[in-house]
Amino acid sequence: MTVIRTLDKDKMDVAEGSYAVAHAVKVCRPNVISAYPITPQTHIVEDLSQFMADGEISNCEYINVESEFSALSALVGSAAAGARCYSATTSQGLELMHEVLFNVSGMRLPVVMTIANRAVSAPINIWNDHQDSISQRDTGWIQMYAEDLQEISDMTAQAYKVAEDKDVMMPAMTCMDGFILSHVYEPVVLLEQDLVDEYLPAYEPEYSLDPKNPLTFGAFADPTAYTEFRYLQQKAMDNALPKIEEAANEFYEIFGRYYGGLIDEYETDDADIILMAMGSLVGTIRDVVDKLRAKGVKVGLLKVRTFRPFPAEAIKNVIKDAKVVVALDKNISLGLNEGSLFTETKASLYNTKVDVPIVGRMIGHGGRDIPVKTIEDIVEEAKGIISSGINTESKYADLKEELL
Amino acid sequence: MSIQLGGVCQPGTTRANKTGGWRTFRPVYDYDKCIKCKLCELLCPDMAVLPRDDGFFEFDYDYCKGCGICANECPKEAIDMVLEEK
Ligand code: SF4
Ligand code: SF4
Repeated sequence: MTVIRTLDKDKMDVAEGSYAVAHAVKVCRPNVISAYPITPQTHIVEDLSQFMADGEISNCEYINVESEFSALSALVGSAAAGARCYSATTSQGLELMHEVLFNVSGMRLPVVMTIANRAVSAPINIWNDHQDSISQRDTGWIQMYAEDLQEISDMTAQAYKVAEDKDVMMPAMTCMDGFILSHVYEPVVLLEQDLVDEYLPAYEPEYSLDPKNPLTFGAFADPTAYTEFRYLQQKAMDNALPKIEEAANEFYEIFGRYYGGLIDEYETDDADIILMAMGSLVGTIRDVVDKLRAKGVKVGLLKVRTFRPFPAEAIKNVIKDAKVVVALDKNISLGLNEGSLFTETKASLYNTKVDVPIVGRMIGHGGRDIPVKTIEDIVEEAKGIISSGINTESKYADLKEELL
Repeated sequence: MSIQLGGVCQPGTTRANKTGGWRTFRPVYDYDKCIKCKLCELLCPDMAVLPRDDGFFEFDYDYCKGCGICANECPKEAIDMVLEEK
């Protein structure tokens, strides 16, 4: 199924990405919001503060804190008390939350948090790449990446739906490219309150903190039981795979909009060359695919929408008949010289019968522009791989040699 | 027993984890020196100092981890830290 966006023009507004997200959070009826402002996430929490000040979110507390560590910690207690919780952050703020991310997941609290993806320091850089959230991939949070404003807005409701599912109960990060999506104005259907109420029932946890019925959360586990807690977290991630698809399908039935669940594909059926990517970069690749298809180049796009849990099977099914696959990454694992989408896709093919050459190209780090030409060059290079094999497995596609 | 999602359990159940075995040094009272000031009871981070009816205190060796705070803070040096022997 490819992207379906039967957008009703009468329902459309021109809104900033951050506003669309803040509005989406509002209509999901959160009970506790806690966040610390950091560029480029700031507009989201500003807009939410404004909604609070204007009395537009009922039955909700907005907790002001002095750091991201405290923001997420405040939500640990709130979520344990049965509140639907929300936060948003980016870059260094997300890294400051690192310890708490594990706690939220380990305590199985379905917090939803928007990440306005940004590069990490040093050197300080406020522009977009995916290093911040990719660096948190092992903390036990579902991670989804949006291509445009409509998708990140709609993804907010989908994230709550999956996170709060009884068979999942895991926190979720919805990732939007900083500035590229957070600060851009686009025509968008702001998430409809009546439809969200139909789609997303109130959060009813099995256990909650209550002075009348005291419980201990996140208790001590010694070597005789710790492994089983971790096993159950992994099982919840496995359960999330079909739930993410279901949440997307159910969303389509109610709202009429669909972006794929775990993945989405574009012109991949007969493609010799498949480019894989996450986030706003997918939009650029779509245009390149159209342009090159018009010239007869058999190129397709695999959009990875969900990075955790990693949709290995879904990815394998799309790329198995390609002649070459290029994974584009806005992150690098230093010391391995690979981006994560590349590493993990490659790893998931090993021990299978699928034997497709796959290369990784890192691109757009620290907000470096990704022009159509760069993608076209990557496709050109991929043609060479089909005829003469892999020359360089992984490298930066947009390195400026003249600066070295 | 099966584990609960997120480690949710009844309050106080961590009593089942007797942590006294982590101790290297065991605190021992010399009641002749003790003036019943309660500092050891107040400062023990593990609530392992229990009051007795006679106003003195005793150690709960099931949970005392032997950190030595009580001995260090006692104004009368009434607590000795003695090496545990197995
Ligand atoms: S040694 Fe430490 S744990 Fe043990 S009783 Fe003294 S203060 Fe408490
Ligand atoms: S701190 Fe020392 S003097 Fe005070 S009650 Fe404890 S043992 Fe006695």
